[in-house]
Amino acid sequence: MKRTREKVPVIDSDIHNNLPSGDALAPYLSDRWRKHHETIGGRGHSGGSYPRAMPNAARHDSWPPSGLPPGADLPFMQEQLLDAWDIEYGILNPLMGAGGQLNLEYGAALARALNDWQIEEWVKPEPRLRASVVVPYEDGELAAQEIDRRGGDSGFVQVLLIARTAEPLGRRKYWKMYEAAVRNDLPIGIHFGGSGGYPISGAGWPSYYIEDHGGMPQAFQAQVISLVCEGVFEHFPTLKFALIEGGFAWLPPLMWRLDQSWKKLREEVPDLKRLPSEYIREHFWLSSQPVEEPPKREYFDLLLEQLNAREKLMFATDYPHWDFDAPDRALPTNLAPDVRRRIMADNARELYRL
Amino acid sequence: MAKHVVATVDEIPPGERKIVELEGRSLGVFNIDGEFYALRNSCPHQGGPLCKGRLTGFLESDAPGEYRYTRKGEVLRCVWHGWEFDIKTGQSWWNPERMRVKSYKVDVEDGATVTSGLEKGPYTAETYRVTIEQQYVVVEIA
Ligand code: FES
Repeated sequence: MKRTREKVPVIDSDIHNNLPSGDALAPYLSDRWRKHHETIGGRGHSGGSYPRAMPNAARHDSWPPSGLPPGADLPFMQEQLLDAWDIEYGILNPLMGAGGQLNLEYGAALARALNDWQIEEWVKPEPRLRASVVVPYEDGELAAQEIDRRGGDSGFVQVLLIARTAEPLGRRKYWKMYEAAVRNDLPIGIHFGGSGGYPISGAGWPSYYIEDHGGMPQAFQAQVISLVCEGVFEHFPTLKFALIEGGFAWLPPLMWRLDQSWKKLREEVPDLKRLPSEYIREHFWLSSQPVEEPPKREYFDLLLEQLNAREKLMFATDYPHWDFDAPDRALPTNLAPDVRRRIMADNARELYRL
Repeated sequence: MAKHVVATVDEIPPGERKIVELEGRSLGVFNIDGEFYALRNSCPHQGGPLCKGRLTGFLESDAPGEYRYTRKGEVLRCVWHGWEFDIKTGQSWWNPERMRVKSYKVDVEDGATVTSGLEKGPYTAETYRVTIEQQYVVVEIA
């Protein structure tokens, strides 16, 4: 199908590559962990991933003719995504559950294998792609080791975490990971999903996927609040976070609320020297997909302004998932050209140094 | 207005479809229980290839716990985000006031009519051997 091409460059900040099969990681695992991988396999908390109406949560047309699962066939991804929209760079966020493994050593082995696999089989053959360092994030030390092992490779542009963790991310147990990210000069991406062993809503277990999908900002909000209030940005003043696939309309009211609370409760958190919103504005970037769609266009304009979207919002497709956003249709058509350019490419270009 | 031969009747059995290019547009031609319908292969939402979507029905409910599954095979679900369209009218299910996909008039004509004065479609007598009694699916672009 022919498409009208945008003149503006496009950087896609959220692409999901996938393993072609369960044993595709075998060549990247040590003997010890290959044996574990083959005979025992993974174990994480359950209930974080609701059955979706779409198999693999994928677009129906993203199943490659090769028979591989969506996102697992590089030539098909090149044709259906990178070439079709002339994407300048794409950031890979493989979601294979390495970080959520209860066996932390196995999680670390999976992360190592996934990272080597990303470089060998995706970034080397396709120079438009960049990888994310997958880490066993529930153990700050193991995560830091993996960031130090791979972080110097220019094929990696961020460290990848999943939104629902076992504890809020501001807690000390994660700080070694932040030290390593700062040492390697990498931002940290937090992506939709995961299960830390708790009900996935703030009020318990819901019944439907729509509740999971629509309610995901709860997890992102908890992480933003924790990172700010635990003083992470006073300790790591150069640390940057990208909130990926969490939406973004919820962030401005959260900033207002936190600022208001801080004015009354600041004695409790004396290491916070500035308004919470100032830390947030400085340290957080957001990916566009899913785009909240207010009923009136003027509300959307206000939202972008409140969010400082011109500097902080980064376009994403979420390919090959069913809630994919098309580069030429995701944002309102009458966006100011310079704002469009920044959202479609330049904000990601700066954050990820592309 | 131009008429285009897009297929023989046998080529699109009930429940099946054919994607065709007509006047630079991609269209899906569907056979629903022997009746033919054509829709633009571009979703009003974000331009996804709508006509490659699955055929389904309407799941309706007046109250929690009461469900009706109706019009099986007459509803097209877009391959991208799953918006649903009534194949017969192009009407979207979730927002019928505002959203509809362009639909086209489709007729079945027999060979004798087709050979007299229609625009050439992708199937011409030279490339597709058919008998004159054969029936054709004809799409009209207004
Ligand atoms: S493009 Fe068809 S549902 Fe979104």
